[in-house]
Amino acid sequence: MSFEPSTVAPAPSPGLAGRKARRRAGTVLGFLITLALTFLGLLAITFFIGRVVPIDPVLSVVGDRATQAQYDAAKVAMGLDQPLIMQFVTYVGNVLTGDLGQSVSTGRPVIEDLSRFFPATLEMATLGILIGVLLGVPLGVTAAARQGSWVDQIIRVVGLMGYSVPAFWLGLVGLAIFYARLRWVGGPGRLDIFYDGLVSPVTGMILIDSLLAGEIDIFWNAVTHLILPASVLGFFSLAYIARMTRSFMLDQLGQEFVTTARVKGVPERVVIWRHAFNPIRVPLITVIGLSYAGLLEGSVMIETVFSWPGIGNYLTTALLNADMNAVLGSTLVIGAVFIFINKISDVLYRVLDPRAK
Amino acid sequence: MTPLLAVEDLRVSFPTHSGRVEVVKGISFTLGRERLGIVGESGSGKSMTGRSILKLIRKPGLVTADRMEFDGIDLTALSEHQMRAIRGARISMVMQDPKFSLNPVMTVGEQIAEALLTHQKLARKDVHQRVIAMLEAVRINDPERVAKLYPHEVSGGMGQRVMIAMMLIPEPELLIADEPTSALDVSVQAQVLDIIDELVRNKGMGLILISHDLALVSRYCDRILVMNAGTIVEECAAGELANAQHPYTRGLLAAMPTIDEAREELPVLDRTQWAGT
Repeated sequence: MSFEPSTVAPAPSPGLAGRKARRRAGTVLGFLITLALTFLGLLAITFFIGRVVPIDPVLSVVGDRATQAQYDAAKVAMGLDQPLIMQFVTYVGNVLTGDLGQSVSTGRPVIEDLSRFFPATLEMATLGILIGVLLGVPLGVTAAARQGSWVDQIIRVVGLMGYSVPAFWLGLVGLAIFYARLRWVGGPGRLDIFYDGLVSPVTGMILIDSLLAGEIDIFWNAVTHLILPASVLGFFSLAYIARMTRSFMLDQLGQEFVTTARVKGVPERVVIWRHAFNPIRVPLITVIGLSYAGLLEGSVMIETVFSWPGIGNYLTTALLNADMNAVLGSTLVIGAVFIFINKISDVLYRVLDPRAK
Repeated sequence: MTPLLAVEDLRVSFPTHSGRVEVVKGISFTLGRERLGIVGESGSGKSMTGRSILKLIRKPGLVTADRMEFDGIDLTALSEHQMRAIRGARISMVMQDPKFSLNPVMTVGEQIAEALLTHQKLARKDVHQRVIAMLEAVRINDPERVAKLYPHEVSGGMGQRVMIAMMLIPEPELLIADEPTSALDVSVQAQVLDIIDELVRNKGMGLILISHDLALVSRYCDRILVMNAGTIVEECAAGELANAQHPYTRGLLAAMPTIDEAREELPVLDRTQWAGT
């Protein structure tokens, strides 16, 4: 990239269109292969870590009063007498057919549990990251544009609070004020009790399901329950996103091409948003992607305070009960989320940065 | 005739831990529709002079002048908003290195068009025509294709010609060229300066050429200011440079090698001869 010839390469002739399409197909294929390999690596790591931890999955099924014969029978039934590599092959085969095993603590197939718990987290995390981006990015840009002013100082203090205030405390105080005192929002849980179970789950996200069913009342009720925990989550990503945006922007505002824009007489608002902000979209996507993935892991603190049936709660319960199938399944989902978000970021880089093509 | 630009006692200072430091210490000059060269070593305040004319020194930098008049307009009294109508449209500046001074995520054509659209309302088709014509004027072959390229896809010399096109498209009356060729290969330096020279002459513009290259400035300018440590130490017609009086200028001239000499060592500036810095 650093070497630039003094004349530019000739434009491709139209006859090359077919070859170009083939190259694109090759790119897509390569993309799918790396995706599959990444996923296989993830499966292997979660599986082997799951097997080497000093937890006896047989014991958690039969209980510690079982006889040796019962124990051995359960071990054979669970396939744990097989060599480790065979167990892994079986496991990969099962995962590919959508079978993640039975959860010991809930007694349901893990896949069914996940399809119930993960959408709850997805719904909260998505709203949280939306709040974080829609507020955090403009705040960061404003702070950078007015560096050192009182506006910058206030934004810095807000950000510092986002970093240092514990989530559960903010959640509890939020509930005490906005739910218990002011009655502006719904309490813990995803819906008021008399709305519970009225819409049949399609996506598992109540906001979407209620709209699909045309139940506007339920939709608004779900919003009032969701808004507080999502805001608390959003506040944390806001603090991080605003801080990173500010530092990226300061970096850009010191660049020569920003001065060039000012020399041209471009209004300051355009200088900031078109010339300084556009180039930082790519690093910003990385930051936002990572925050979003972080939120999708589920926040045990927030989920506990708000009695939210999310994946953070599910995973913690599974860990405490030595419920290895549930632990592996949850880890797999979280890992898949990370891979997926990374891939989306990669695609967005190419769209937003002409140099990455 | 009133001069195009009149500057009196221009001072630029920046705060440091030990008080404000002046980098331009009260310089005065006037400029007609002519080509003025400002030469000096790094840190002599020549670039700061160029930027303060456009009022581009950002806080905490401080610019003061008894008088800074452009075409009868008192620049010191203008608000930021009024100043924006001057920048680009009437006074423009070619920056040093096209690698850093062009926006990496906008096409060349968009950036040139922006310079035009900031000051004039034009139909999209007219804008496109003007951009293409301007690229042709800076001797770019196949302007239609180049307009669609991003800055990383063009060479340094081409990037600098794009820069010139961008700065001249609103047809300003004064062009400040701040070391326009110091980032370029020697082979394309003359080409870029010839283009600037030709366009400035044809349009009857004023030019301030800021450089550290004495030979270059004496070739492309009518008049030369020599700056050292924030002050103007010498002012002379380009042809008279060989007869310069000030010891600093004489020192600079003495340090220039000539092609048919056999000096073992080039002389070093003896700074004790003047300000004692």
